[in-house]
Amino acid sequence: MQVMTVRFDKLGVVIAAIIAYAAFAAPFATFRANRIVPGEARSILDSLPAAVGPLLLAILVIAAIIALLKTPLVLRLAASVIALAALAILIGVAGSFLTPEGNTFARISPASGFWLLIFAFTLLLADVLTRLNLSPWARLGGLVIAALAIGLLLASGSWNSLSILKEYANRADSFWAEGSKHVTLALGSLAAAVVVGLPLGILCHRVDKFRAGVLNVLNIIQTIPSIALFGLLIAPLGWVATHVPGAAALGIRGIGAAPAFLALFLYSLLPVVANTVVGLAGVPRAANDAARGMGMTDRQRLFGVEFPLAFPVILTGIRIVLVQNIGLATIAALIGGGGFGVFVFQGVGQTAMDLVLLGAVPTVAMAFAAAIILDAVIEMTATKRRVETA
Amino acid sequence: MKEAGVKAWLPSLLRLVLVVLLVAFVTNPGWFEPLLKPLTENNAPAIYNQGSLLTLTLLHLRTVLIATVAATIVAVALAILVTRPAGVEFLPLSRSLVNIGQTFPPVAVLALAVPAVGFGEKPTLIALFLYGLLPIFENALTGLTTLPANVVEAARGAGMTGWQRLVQVELPLSAPIILGGIRLSVVISLATATIGSTVAARTLGEVIIAGLLSNNLAFVLQGGLIVAALAVLIYDGLSAIERYTARRMGQETA
Repeated sequence: MQVMTVRFDKLGVVIAAIIAYAAFAAPFATFRANRIVPGEARSILDSLPAAVGPLLLAILVIAAIIALLKTPLVLRLAASVIALAALAILIGVAGSFLTPEGNTFARISPASGFWLLIFAFTLLLADVLTRLNLSPWARLGGLVIAALAIGLLLASGSWNSLSILKEYANRADSFWAEGSKHVTLALGSLAAAVVVGLPLGILCHRVDKFRAGVLNVLNIIQTIPSIALFGLLIAPLGWVATHVPGAAALGIRGIGAAPAFLALFLYSLLPVVANTVVGLAGVPRAANDAARGMGMTDRQRLFGVEFPLAFPVILTGIRIVLVQNIGLATIAALIGGGGFGVFVFQGVGQTAMDLVLLGAVPTVAMAFAAAIILDAVIEMTATKRRVETA
Repeated sequence: MKEAGVKAWLPSLLRLVLVVLLVAFVTNPGWFEPLLKPLTENNAPAIYNQGSLLTLTLLHLRTVLIATVAATIVAVALAILVTRPAGVEFLPLSRSLVNIGQTFPPVAVLALAVPAVGFGEKPTLIALFLYGLLPIFENALTGLTTLPANVVEAARGAGMTGWQRLVQVELPLSAPIILGGIRLSVVISLATATIGSTVAARTLGEVIIAGLLSNNLAFVLQGGLIVAALAVLIYDGLSAIERYTARRMGQETA
């Protein structure tokens, strides 16, 4: 007689436990009579129309069982994607269902159970994706599909009854204005750091005397807390604005975006310069000798041999800077530099958490997307390099 | 010959001067008032006057210490778990989680922790703990997975149990690399703790933010400089400990 053996997936046990707690014990949505009063918790069955609540519970239970047992990766992928999609669509349904007819003050927001479910299924998805070992292009494709799906949900208006989007509706214009400031700060300071940092890194690589000095100074800049560095640049820039003709016309002012830009630029220099130095130092001696033997000039060697070989390491530095800058740009709001931090700090000041989310969610999403994109690009350049040098 | 001698003791002298200046500043900030006065306008106070700098410095260090100790325990335990045969299937996932964690900006973590735990020190500790985890975990993983194979084999051949190997061979050998991660994490935490004052944690960030709000550069400068000096000194101190353990393990430092 054959004995059926049920084998459990170790991570699946953890995930299934989180799902069970989040689905049956934790609140799914929070109902508040207005924006800042404390909320009342609502379970899945209370937040959704009669037939839909049990349907969601059924989906969650099936997905939890798939996670719990040792199942094929494709099945696990499908379970996590379907559960995440169901949660994303149904939280919007819960929003409209819980909002009393014609009431514009009531606020519905996702509660801890919803976030835990999202966390559990993201964990499952991350595990599947790691095990599938996707190619860089497939990862980029996945990112595009996820972005499109979220864009579609936003455009369809199915989330409009949720509190965070009500905060957005009140501030739609300033949201996009602050968003573009945020992106300009993060990308502009990165571009400036690359333009200055690459030559500086090459100089450090070629001239030993510079290396220790430059890297020490850049290291010390990193130890200055960001809010202090932002503040300290106010004075010199204010002086430049009033004493250098034309500087004020260029938008250089003591407070606002200029000190924030400069501070982000200064923080960005170390990873760019250090990785350029490390990348160039890692170029195999044989490659350099061969290039010299072929009669290449110093400049040809730099651009034809050293630079392409060091490129993946330099890109890693750029990835660090970009993710870090997107996060740090939130602090610019403290000195009037704008960016999504404006909503975060306003929200903290008013204890309006939906406003905090309005600032924090796009920041996290951008940093996350930037990390995925640059990781994929780094892997592509690194494999290309291996193929070429093999 | 003489020049080499100067070069050898100059860094130690600079460090000593920095320690003396730092201690003098936080205990007797009044002495430095004439230096900071030119930075103020409209006769504003040059030295932070809403609390003692010494108390704030100690609270700042305490916050960083608690968060770092907690992060070290969790990160090292996690790294040990995923490098044992029983936990090895978690290794790739834990790597990608660590990568994802790094993309969350500290301000967002702080702000989102507030509804869960309230204002004050707690959200700051959570943010610092999460940020501290990453470098320590990464280094502990590197240390535990790049041990010289012959040493581990020798320990196995000598009949050591898994636990004995871990405590007597693997952990001591990877100690310098783990310490490197702790050093990185402390320096990041020292700077990040200042942001905690935006959610009412009592750290040196209070001084900086008071300066930003009242347009008083002297406050911003003193808060920033104390944190930077602490970071440089602690970095140096931990580097020295790291070199010492590496020497004891018979490894050459890079």
